[in-house]
Amino acid sequence: MTTQKRSFLYSLWDFFASLKLSIILLILLAATSIIGTLIQQNRSPQEYQQMYGETLHRLFDLLNFYDMYHSWWFLALLGIFAVNLTTCSLKRLPRVWKQVFEPLTVADDAHYNSLSNRHELRVPLAPEAARDRLAPLFGEALAAPVTTEADGRIHLYAEKHPWSRFGVYVTHLSILIIFVGAIIGNLWGFKAFVSIEEGTSTDKVWTAGGQEPLDLGFTVRCDDFAVTYYDGTNRPKEYMSILNIIDNGEEVVSNRKVVVNDPLKYKGITFYQSSFGPAGNPQLNLEITDKASGEVREVTVTEGRHYPLSAGYSFAVTGYTDSYGQFGPAVEMHVNTPEGLHKAPFVVLKNFPGFGGKQDSPFSFALLDYQQKHYTGLQVKKDPGVWVVWLGCALLVLGSIAAFTLSHRRLWACIVPAGKGSKILLGGNAHRNQPAFALFFDDLKQRTNDAIKA
Amino acid sequence: MTSSLFFNITTIAYFAAMVLFIIYLVSRSRAVALAATGAVWAGFAANTLAIGLRWREAYALGFEQAPLSNLYESVVFFAWSIALCYLLMDFKYKQRAVGAFVIPFAFIFMIWAQLGLNAQIQPLVPALQSNWLTYHVITCFLGYAGFAVACGASIMYLLVIGREERKGDKQGLTGIFPSAKVLDDINYKAIMFGFPMLSLGIITGAAWANYAWGTYWSWDPKETWSLIIWFIYAAFLHARFTRGWVGRKAAWLSVIGFVATIFCYLGVNLLLAGLHSYGS
Ligand code: HEM
Repeated sequence: MTTQKRSFLYSLWDFFASLKLSIILLILLAATSIIGTLIQQNRSPQEYQQMYGETLHRLFDLLNFYDMYHSWWFLALLGIFAVNLTTCSLKRLPRVWKQVFEPLTVADDAHYNSLSNRHELRVPLAPEAARDRLAPLFGEALAAPVTTEADGRIHLYAEKHPWSRFGVYVTHLSILIIFVGAIIGNLWGFKAFVSIEEGTSTDKVWTAGGQEPLDLGFTVRCDDFAVTYYDGTNRPKEYMSILNIIDNGEEVVSNRKVVVNDPLKYKGITFYQSSFGPAGNPQLNLEITDKASGEVREVTVTEGRHYPLSAGYSFAVTGYTDSYGQFGPAVEMHVNTPEGLHKAPFVVLKNFPGFGGKQDSPFSFALLDYQQKHYTGLQVKKDPGVWVVWLGCALLVLGSIAAFTLSHRRLWACIVPAGKGSKILLGGNAHRNQPAFALFFDDLKQRTNDAIKA
Repeated sequence: MTSSLFFNITTIAYFAAMVLFIIYLVSRSRAVALAATGAVWAGFAANTLAIGLRWREAYALGFEQAPLSNLYESVVFFAWSIALCYLLMDFKYKQRAVGAFVIPFAFIFMIWAQLGLNAQIQPLVPALQSNWLTYHVITCFLGYAGFAVACGASIMYLLVIGREERKGDKQGLTGIFPSAKVLDDINYKAIMFGFPMLSLGIITGAAWANYAWGTYWSWDPKETWSLIIWFIYAAFLHARFTRGWVGRKAAWLSVIGFVATIFCYLGVNLLLAGLHSYGS
């Protein structure tokens, strides 16, 4: 490689390994993300034109502001973020690796001088005796020390939580794992919708932008849909569908109740209760009284058709609602005379049989009951990357808690024969939370002095 | 013995604490600081009791739900979380002047809940009936409360750093402020608590959305704003060991982070459209 190429690669590496770049990227991500919360995403061009006018609309469109979280520039920002994260971590990892797996068990004077927590004392004890007093102190403070004898000196080394140095790296790796999970979901998953009428089944679902329906490979049947309300109110309590799954001609899931927070999962595909609506016209049970004869009979009818009555009369239901103001279910209907004349339409309320428009015909009507068929709207989703995302999330939380709460603490001692006694050099270091470590070290100094005197 | 009585006591106690902390800044009397801290404890106790009673009251009405079901309940829980984080901080640092910059947040939220919000206990709509709601709300608000304490400490830092750099004397209201070094430490510790909580809050929210709606992330404005806050505090954490970003800039990031937090919590519901229904 020529030096020029090399220095270019070096400066590229330096650029991506810079923490300043990370801060700027994080701030840029935060700032640009705001745009998509102010401009509603993925609406129709007509709506946007109306909201922003022609010029602004064109500008926003050009900048991909209408689907900005999937725009090339936002994805590029995330890409640079991932590269920055990787480079930065790789640059620092080898040193940390060495500190964890090849601890410095024998420290020289220069090392002691480089520590901000150190202490020197002379003791009237032989080096071995001094070591025997010191070792239990290290044990109590951190862990049983490693003892090495070299050049007539005795070296002690103890450490605690060396692994905590990896907390930051686990955190950073977890973010990359979440990215990978999201990418897997985008490549091999789908999001779709299907509506199934009560009593019918389907084996195809529709993806958001897709032209062709997607084949599920099995059949879903909806037996029932129902809404329940909190007693005496219009506040919905529960939306519920009863679903069955038929795979290879065999009913493998039967009578499964699916509610808003309790989806159905089969073969990696999940069905969520998402919406509902009326399917077709309701079946209405009416009670008809012939005013002249007093004869009463019950009929079942649907909206929009004419039904015969006695003496050449007929009637039709022209409208139906399950909440007529606050009065509950109601139908609008009219009676036709034998001459084919439409009489004035009137309203019949289920809960208030006495009320309603004047029924000036030889008949009176009451609404006994009605059955409305529904369709249930289900969100259908497959995301094989979701477990990767959860793995990343777990590592993110564990890694950052480890990074914040644990610290790699190390203690060194060097015992040198000096005259009749020995000289002890004591030093310590923590990879974070220096104030707490300074107190810890002061305490150790005190205990060392006490132990020697005893 | 109703929850509303204890919510009133809470509000009064936080108000008393706030006034006492401000008197403390002027008078520098330790007795006043002690009384102010006592008032925070009293308010916190009343706040805890009130939330517990409200929980029981909801059950008595037949609604099996934690008292985190609407805007009113979330606001009083936010006040509770702020008091909790403040007391934890006080326990460790005993820097009473910080109370003057943190307890007002708790008071403002309580008085707003009491005067401006509908306190009626209502059953949950289907979309919110999930244990995830409880975990999600608790983790988010503990995180937000950590950021409230951090913001208070950062404002004090920005007020005191100029004087320290000029080597000015310790007169005026900033006289009994902790040193910039201690404030920086409080700021950092509070965010070290808040950041993992916020991460958990975002993750539990994502888990819940995935469970209930089938997508763990949909760039809904509320989600996006919580991610924005997360980016800001991640920037803060890295600013602390980056030359040129230590000190003032880091403190500003903490203040901006809290402004964004408040916007995420309230502004998004009141000003922007989305899935989260607390504001409506
Ligand atoms: C481009 C993105 C990023 C880069 C280049 C980066 C780089 C770094 C570096 C170099 C450190 C210092 C490690 C040390 O020597 O102790 C660090 C610490 C840390 N990073 Fe990142 N980081 C990035 C994004 C993130 C994100 C998004 C998070 C979110 C969780 C994060 C969480 C942390 C944590 C928790 C620490 C430890 C902070 C502390 O000890 O106070 N990083 N990062």
